[in-house]
Amino acid sequence: MDEREKIRIMVAKPGLDGHDRGARILSRYFRDAGFEVIYTGCHQTPEQIASAAIQEDVDLVGLSCLSGAHRFLFARVVELLREQGADDIVVIGGGIIPEHDFPSLYQAGIKAIFTPGASLESIVAWIQENVKTGSKNE
Amino acid sequence: MSKPAAKMSSELDERERAAKIIAGDVRTASRLIRALEDRMPAATTTLRRIFPHTGRAHIIGITGSPGAGKSTIADALIESYRKLGKTVGVLAVDPTSPFTGGAILGDRIRMQRHAEDAGVFIRSLATRGSLGGLSHAVGDAIHVLDAMGKDIILIETVGTGQQEVEIINHAHTVIVILVPGMGDDIQAMKAGIMEIADIFVINKADREGAKQLHGIVSAMLDLAREFPGGWRPPILEVENFFEPTSFRERITILQQSVDSHYQLMAGSELMESRLKRKSILKLNDALQAVLIEPVMRDLARDGKLEAMIGLIMRKEADPYSLAEEIAARYFPAGTESKIMAPQ
Amino acid sequence: MYFSKETPTVSSELTEKWERELAGAIKDNPEQKTRFTTQSDFDIKRLYGPQDIETLDFARDIGVPGNFPYLRGHQITGYRSKYWTFRMFSGLGSARDTNQRWRLLLREGNTGLSTAFDFPTLMGYDTDSPRARGECGKCGVAIDTLDDMMTLVAGIPIDQVTTSMTINPPATVLWAMYIAAAEATGVPAWKIGGTIQNDMLKEFIAQKTFMCPPEPSVKLISDTIEFGTKYVPRWNPISISGYHIREAGSTAIQELAFTLRDGIEYVEDVIRRKGLDVDEFAPRLSFFFNSHIDFFEEICKMRAARRMWARIMRDRFKAKNPRSLWLRFHTQTAGCSLTAQQPLNNITRTAIEALAAVLGGTQSLHTNSFDEVLCLPSEEAATIALRTQQIIAEESGVVNTIDPLAGSYFIEALTCEMEAKAWEYIEKIDQMGGMIAAIKRGYPQMEIADAAYNFQLQLDSREKTQVGVNKYVAREEQKVPLLQIDEQVEEEQIERLNEVRRRRDWKAVKTSLQELKDACKRGDNVMPACIAAVKNLASIGEICDVYREVYGEYLDPGLF
Repeated sequence: MDEREKIRIMVAKPGLDGHDRGARILSRYFRDAGFEVIYTGCHQTPEQIASAAIQEDVDLVGLSCLSGAHRFLFARVVELLREQGADDIVVIGGGIIPEHDFPSLYQAGIKAIFTPGASLESIVAWIQENVKTGSKNE
Repeated sequence: MSKPAAKMSSELDERERAAKIIAGDVRTASRLIRALEDRMPAATTTLRRIFPHTGRAHIIGITGSPGAGKSTIADALIESYRKLGKTVGVLAVDPTSPFTGGAILGDRIRMQRHAEDAGVFIRSLATRGSLGGLSHAVGDAIHVLDAMGKDIILIETVGTGQQEVEIINHAHTVIVILVPGMGDDIQAMKAGIMEIADIFVINKADREGAKQLHGIVSAMLDLAREFPGGWRPPILEVENFFEPTSFRERITILQQSVDSHYQLMAGSELMESRLKRKSILKLNDALQAVLIEPVMRDLARDGKLEAMIGLIMRKEADPYSLAEEIAARYFPAGTESKIMAPQ
Repeated sequence: MYFSKETPTVSSELTEKWERELAGAIKDNPEQKTRFTTQSDFDIKRLYGPQDIETLDFARDIGVPGNFPYLRGHQITGYRSKYWTFRMFSGLGSARDTNQRWRLLLREGNTGLSTAFDFPTLMGYDTDSPRARGECGKCGVAIDTLDDMMTLVAGIPIDQVTTSMTINPPATVLWAMYIAAAEATGVPAWKIGGTIQNDMLKEFIAQKTFMCPPEPSVKLISDTIEFGTKYVPRWNPISISGYHIREAGSTAIQELAFTLRDGIEYVEDVIRRKGLDVDEFAPRLSFFFNSHIDFFEEICKMRAARRMWARIMRDRFKAKNPRSLWLRFHTQTAGCSLTAQQPLNNITRTAIEALAAVLGGTQSLHTNSFDEVLCLPSEEAATIALRTQQIIAEESGVVNTIDPLAGSYFIEALTCEMEAKAWEYIEKIDQMGGMIAAIKRGYPQMEIADAAYNFQLQLDSREKTQVGVNKYVAREEQKVPLLQIDEQVEEEQIERLNEVRRRRDWKAVKTSLQELKDACKRGDNVMPACIAAVKNLASIGEICDVYREVYGEYLDPGLF
């Protein structure tokens, strides 16, 4: 059945910034791409995001941050998922993220980073390429 | 078919999985729900194992039109029950887009402040093609939360569609939320929502038309011949989320009313009849999964299903004759209780 | 308008002739697009002529500068006596770091200050709050107590320079700190000038920096307006902002309409709650618009805003004082128009947007730095941005005459069209029972979300172009030096906060916080108690905890 292939995604906004334009556009686009999308709303702590991701059994968490606090917040989400045995959940990030922060974010376990100008199509393509569903349930 | 060794280990896995769920493990439970949504055969096995551990939770349905404030009230009820030391599970259902198959499951946002509370488990479900307000997995997911030991299970429905009333088959207590000025009075009468309500909540009661709405609902209740168990559904009013104290007071009243309803039901005939109805439904669902679905899959495998559909479309055969034919093939006379599984 | 009787007829005839010729020309040279639209997806005609502004009345609809309907500006002298204020928005790291940046900008010809705060400050948390981890100093300056504010303004002539503070939920607190800091340096409150943004409605609508629910949020704003009217008369207690509405993805018309409707909501609340006469406080209301990349659309939006506000104040609120009718506004070029790809191109974008703001008649301008889409502006980038304004003012010649585009068929027609569409929105929101009611329904939020989504799809399908992003993409990206905020800033800030906590009189803090709570509960104006609390070195988090406790917390309703 094709339902087994349904990709579940959490779009999350860690930290205190409320700039949710990108997160909301992505959520809608993901829905239109056939994904099931859980959006957390603004102002989430990494703890809230990690625990919600596990409760929702998502395949991927997309973090959006425009306040500059991504270094701490993104890494913390990955760390919390790992602590709770959910390191198979793919974590990607986006927002105002200077290139010099990329290496440390990759090192921390962020699988991809999308900055302003990334097309919606390219993000969906990346997810379809890198998230394998179905197999994880068995 | 899996090799015997693999089968052994998978059986062990099943047992371990069930044990983990009964111990309240979130990760295992959430994965099982996912597998149930995806109709993975193995998931049913686990469900079978945890089934004896279900039946303890108080299941509360929350229904009402989109935008009526279901999530906000669910969120407040979570807080209420947590203060009483009870653990809470939430199933929030949102519609799947019929065009893309995708869904934005947005109810969680309004309950996200409980995300870090280990006593609360919130799970969003998409309707995934089922026509009404409920996801096909809701019934199974309730069992999972129940087996996890949640004291309270809140089910938030989509709020549209005829099958909204199905909530009655799952919940002990159904809260129907109405909002003045949203055409909810008419909506309620149309969809048969009136019949399923155990408690009415008039939300945003500071809006114009609240009094009239209250009057209409009350008058409709007056028309009812009798109230099973003597429970006349109360009409509660909730207003102004932005006055934290008064809002909380209203929610406490609602929670107490929900509890009184459950106490009244517990052990009464009312509970009996609901349980019975639920059991019939569960059996029906199980039959569907165990009998019908394998047969359909089998028929599809060698192209018979396609052929039969063609026959019906061209009016060359009627569905009843075909069904009889199928039944004769899979369940020949004399098999009795030994159900023939498709190869 | 003021055409001779024959003009429209002649014009129509000539236009018809031109259209016939055009039909042939298009066959040979098809147009590049099927629709020609503004950035906001507003359809623009091939040609405008006298017939498009026929119904305009010169005196009623256009007029002269310094006069109703103020389409051409409230300044009777335009920019010939005084340029707009070059007000560069800045803030980074600690109060000391920002103070240094301010001094640099003032040396370089900045004529007003504008403060960017970091997110813990913007949300009313102390730097050591668990919710604030990793945020300190990242996108603005961290201010925890009056001590930090004193460092921030050290050596700045605050009796001469006006300071704008982009602060919303905790606006009362930061303003109280600024007033207290001024007093401590011998400048009385009545002498200080500046602005607090203090516009909560646009936060619920667009920017999502919120703390308490809408009603008490608006109440706090009315408190500041009342307090300012009585004791800080040179201060703008609010900057009613369209900027963030636009950044969230709205159209220009939505920005225009929602901003003015927000203004109406505030005016109504002050009149109702405080019993002030409209002319007592309306002259101190200020506005803040976005200047996006579509040149004419922006100019027309600003011109329409001025005329609409004048009409709103005169007709809806019966204001008598001409100053009440003035829409004074700050402008910032559009952050969301900048691209991370080929970032130096952003200098050009910002220049176009700044020029639009000037032709639109702004009173104050921030020009974005080209690197702002990547990080906080470096010194070099901020200086180029400031120079952009100076080149427009000193070299381009656009300041020579006032409202130079007035009378253009296209400009006047587009101004009118945008105004008409904006009125429709305002009426719709009126019918919903006002902006707070509309916000609760999610109406403006959803309108903006739809527009933002639509725009993004147009970019993805290349129906709209962003140079360097979906056209003229470079194989090799430009490298620009980026500013980094040291993680050390957070530790140091927490140390400073702890030092203040040890030093201060805890009993006095507790008492003043209790007094603030009592004032909140009684519904009194919170400003006196708030000023007393900051003087006792109560922290921003402690004061906002009082607000959160009394008024409740507003959480993202997450509408889709």
